[in-house]
Amino acid sequence: MTRRTLEETIFKALMRLATVIVIAALALILLSILIKGLSSMSLSMITQTPKGGYYLGKEGGVLNAILGSLCLAGGATVFAALLGFPIVLYLNSYADKRSNLATFARFSFDVLWGIPSIVYGAFGFTLMLFLGMRTSLLAGIITVGFLELPIMARAADEIMRTIPRELKEASYSVGATRFETGAKVAIRQALPGILTAMLIAFGRGIGDAASVMFTAGFTDQLPTSLGRPVATLPLAIFYQLGTPVPEVQQRAYASAFILTVLILIISLSARFLSKRFSKHVVR
Amino acid sequence: MRARLLKDTAARHLGRILAILPGLVLALITVGLLLRSRPILDVKPLPDLLFSTSWHPLRGEFGFLPFIAGTLWVTIAATVLAVPLSVLAAIHLSEYAHRRVRALMRPLVDLLAGIPSVIYGIWGILIIVPFIKSYLAPAFGATTTGYCVLAGSVVLAVMVFPILIHVTIEVFQAVPSELREASLALGATQWQTIKHVVLRKARSGIVAAVILATSRVFGETMAVLMVVGNVARVPGSVFDPAYPLPALIANNYGEMMSVPLYDSALLLAALVLLVCVVGFNAVAQLVLLRLERKAL
Repeated sequence: MTRRTLEETIFKALMRLATVIVIAALALILLSILIKGLSSMSLSMITQTPKGGYYLGKEGGVLNAILGSLCLAGGATVFAALLGFPIVLYLNSYADKRSNLATFARFSFDVLWGIPSIVYGAFGFTLMLFLGMRTSLLAGIITVGFLELPIMARAADEIMRTIPRELKEASYSVGATRFETGAKVAIRQALPGILTAMLIAFGRGIGDAASVMFTAGFTDQLPTSLGRPVATLPLAIFYQLGTPVPEVQQRAYASAFILTVLILIISLSARFLSKRFSKHVVR
Repeated sequence: MRARLLKDTAARHLGRILAILPGLVLALITVGLLLRSRPILDVKPLPDLLFSTSWHPLRGEFGFLPFIAGTLWVTIAATVLAVPLSVLAAIHLSEYAHRRVRALMRPLVDLLAGIPSVIYGIWGILIIVPFIKSYLAPAFGATTTGYCVLAGSVVLAVMVFPILIHVTIEVFQAVPSELREASLALGATQWQTIKHVVLRKARSGIVAAVILATSRVFGETMAVLMVVGNVARVPGSVFDPAYPLPALIANNYGEMMSVPLYDSALLLAALVLLVCVVGFNAVAQLVLLRLERKAL
């Protein structure tokens, strides 16, 4: 009797300790980025582009990277959604659950989900060389789009699978085609989940550096055209941190702060939107 | 009426064509990397490349062993750090903690799962690297700049905490509460119930979660690159610097067009990463499949 209660006590303590370590580590990350970033934050960071000599400590900001990241991740999310949702709709409305095509598509999404972003980046660049393209916003959007596609599709697929069969059957029984049922009934039920899936994918896209390194390039200018290189926040952080000038490194922390706040906003709006859009959901 | 049916048929065909896309992308990436790494494979046999330690691109020597060893060191050390802590924390949160604590932790964990790896890298540089340099390494009698295998694995371990905990809690919650109640009714303590009933039921789910987390660690680029030191030597201890494969690609790709075979070698490194990740995934799928079959 004492032995097993002793064991319980020991393991309970261990679990508490593990939980505290995990929470402390994660809280430490948020805190150190927020504190360190906030102390080196200034208005010019978010309102100006890098001026001459910026990387030597002269004035400027990272507006180019903020806007670049938003354009890139936004474009990539739209691209991934345009490709991904028809597939998910097909898998859940038309395809037989056990059909080879559906199994194969889902397996491929799983594998693509696991492929490191650096591989997408390297392959994207190889393809660009082959096609004679240069680093540009468009190339970045396509590469990051393919990186986001499996993330979004898998999440949306999970949601669509949970839609009750009765709902679809009710729609079929009043004469709706599969397309109408999928695109007008099922979508509405899944809308909160789909929005969350899109925002998760957007968050992954905006935070990824390895895939845009070779494909989107970097520039000090604001993004103006699809054919020109574009700056992104993660790379801006990386490059600023790589300089030997302390002031510029401080700006890297400020940029990290900006990126973290963006991610926080995305995460919170995912929560808010999924609540907001759940008014059509049948429970 | 006709138009509606037409639309339905059109959507069906379009969907069927698009559903091939993910497989096509996967095949395209594999074949593309294979084709582009052919030049170096034609010159040197694969085992020579994988097991040679001599990395001198200018002399035409491409030995991948330091990078493979670096990747393995970092991946294994990170997994060893992350898995016990995450699983224990997940048990605590799922079985012992108050419902309100759990409700509070969920969104926090999800939020942290979305934090970009660059941020984790910065945190590593700010906190972990100096800590290892001035406290941890001297305590073990080692000297290091702090940029070492251990720094990389700590950063990666913390990075996969949220994913691991999220999935593991989900697996625990899927265990029917009747099972727990039956065990408790027989007089087992809560820990005995967890050990003999919950963990046994959740085993394959945990294994699958660990494999997915490992494949994430394996391919992570930026966070590792920033703290791991990037020295092309086989590490001898956790306080030695390492140079994992993704970091090799990120640091050198795009600038090596003038050196013969260099780009081919780097794309071979990408291919190695791809093959390993596909392997991890296949194993995870098999485990999950077994889990599903058992559940039926």
